Amino acid sequence: MTRQTSLALQSLALLAAILLVVALPSYMDLFTLMQVTLFAAMGVLSLSLAFIWGFGGILSFGQTAFFGLGAYAYAIAAINFGDSTNAILLAVLVPGLFAAALGYFVFYGRISEVYLGVITLTVTLILFNVVNSTAGDSYTIGTARLGGFNGIPAVPTFNMPYSPSDILSPEASWWVTAGALIGVYLLLRLLLASSFGRVAVAVRENETRAALLGYDPRIIKLGVFVVGGAVAGLAGALYVNWGAFVGPTIFSLSISAEIIIWITIGGLGTLLGPIVGCFLIQYLVSQIGSQQAFNANLVLGVILVAFVLLLPQGIVPTIRDGLLRLARLGRPRRDAKSLASEPHAAGAK
Amino acid sequence: MDLSVILALDVLNGAASLFLLCLGLAIIFGMMKIINLAHGEFVMLGAYATVLSTNAGLNIWIAMLVVAPVFVGLVGLVIERCLIRFLYGRLVDSMLATWGLSLFLIGLVTTLFGNTINGVPTPLGGFEIGAYRSSWYTIFLVAMALAMMALVYGVMRFTRFGLVARAVMQNPGMAATLGVNTAHIYMATFALGAAVTGLAGGLLAPVSGITPVMGSAFVAKSFITVVGGGAAIISGTASAAGLFGLVNQMGAYLTTPVYGEVILFLSAILLIRLLPQGISGRFFKGTL
Repeated sequence: MTRQTSLALQSLALLAAILLVVALPSYMDLFTLMQVTLFAAMGVLSLSLAFIWGFGGILSFGQTAFFGLGAYAYAIAAINFGDSTNAILLAVLVPGLFAAALGYFVFYGRISEVYLGVITLTVTLILFNVVNSTAGDSYTIGTARLGGFNGIPAVPTFNMPYSPSDILSPEASWWVTAGALIGVYLLLRLLLASSFGRVAVAVRENETRAALLGYDPRIIKLGVFVVGGAVAGLAGALYVNWGAFVGPTIFSLSISAEIIIWITIGGLGTLLGPIVGCFLIQYLVSQIGSQQAFNANLVLGVILVAFVLLLPQGIVPTIRDGLLRLARLGRPRRDAKSLASEPHAAGAK
Repeated sequence: MDLSVILALDVLNGAASLFLLCLGLAIIFGMMKIINLAHGEFVMLGAYATVLSTNAGLNIWIAMLVVAPVFVGLVGLVIERCLIRFLYGRLVDSMLATWGLSLFLIGLVTTLFGNTINGVPTPLGGFEIGAYRSSWYTIFLVAMALAMMALVYGVMRFTRFGLVARAVMQNPGMAATLGVNTAHIYMATFALGAAVTGLAGGLLAPVSGITPVMGSAFVAKSFITVVGGGAAIISGTASAAGLFGLVNQMGAYLTTPVYGEVILFLSAILLIRLLPQGISGRFFKGTL
């Protein structure tokens, strides 16, 4: 495939995705639409870890820390402002700053991969414990009560920018959420195509070599980590908009585990795979939830173990390589990484 | 005076529980460099084994000290054969797979026994110091921690298995060249670590809430302690458990139990930042 055809195919896939997003509400009942909206919000979350783990080589076991911080930041700000516009900005800013502080500590301390996982895991647990213990009237920020283990109910949902009385309908919420998913996807693709993205991948491949070429791996990794934190925060705001509720379980380890499962089965090192994995697994979990015979964790655990042992590449790269082998017909193979999210994989979704 | 005795007992209790919880993880991580994220679920299985066998009429001491470690040890053996042995040297994959295992175990236990199970009463009763009460079980936990420390030290230091295990720990390739079957040693080590963890679960069953998800409360604490302790199994884990137990209980006394945990985690992160090799990487080099 030449660069032009590849670009044309990608634009075509993008156009198809936009058309699908626009047309979907007319073909779905409200319940299904709400469910797909949730899937799309979680898709943004999956992109955040897909970016830092797949392209920055940073395996964070506590991506929900940023997700939850974004959700709480949005909820508290929306209650105080009575308008969601600035609240959404805060939901991106607060987790981004938190990621910068934590990342400074971790990357400038040159803490190894294993310890990084342990530390992010602990930070999530700290946040869970702290938020969980804030029941009682003394824990308020402005007019918003934190509510401890009860969470914050009746959070104002998204409205038209700076017009608090125009609250978005479920259809408009879907357009915003799915639009955010496509927008974040495009932004991350652009970022990866920029020199920053290329250096980030170089650092992932070999930190020492990148340092010898004159790049500072610490600041690069920090940058990747902050972008991931901000994206996860946005996902948190979208999640609150979906349910109008936020509680401490948003910091739970089970959501952290789920994000990692999405990426493992969808395909590490791609942006599309995690979204596919996210939609598949969430659909599966919602199906399992409607029966009583066995617990969803049982199935998730088996799936994760099976993928790690048998298909460590994940679904999307496997399909992509299979299609490439069919399409190649003897021509030399291109670098797999640069094809990370080709549009034919979008067709698979 | 009375208060300080009670506080000292609390600190000892915290350190002892932490040591018991971490020892199995330290054995597996220290020797095999496998990150076992299903550690908390091994604790949970130990607790369930204790509760179920006690409720079935078995003596609680036998349930705690024999059934729990033997059962979890066997589970560990099966898991090593079916899963872990494919993951040696693949650090990240081992973390992912054991996390999958942990979800699987939680799901399995929830499916079998539901979300809650009746606990067991704390044996031994209490005693009074001035105006305060404490339980004999606290003292028993401290004694068990010391006993386990002595036992693991004895096995590692004075038996043939311990010698071979330490050789594999230092240099698996060299040990294999000298005729040691490293696969067998790894298998035995994992089962041993699982059994020790199961024992901790059994011992903590009377004093903690028993649910399928109870493991997640322990897993981060155990990890941070093992990482803070560094490579040495006993001296590292014991010193980190002592330090974090002290920090946790004093923090809990001065603020609330929740902020006690927060203080524990923050000081642990600080410690890792200052001593990236852990306490034993700096102060107890080359010891067990």
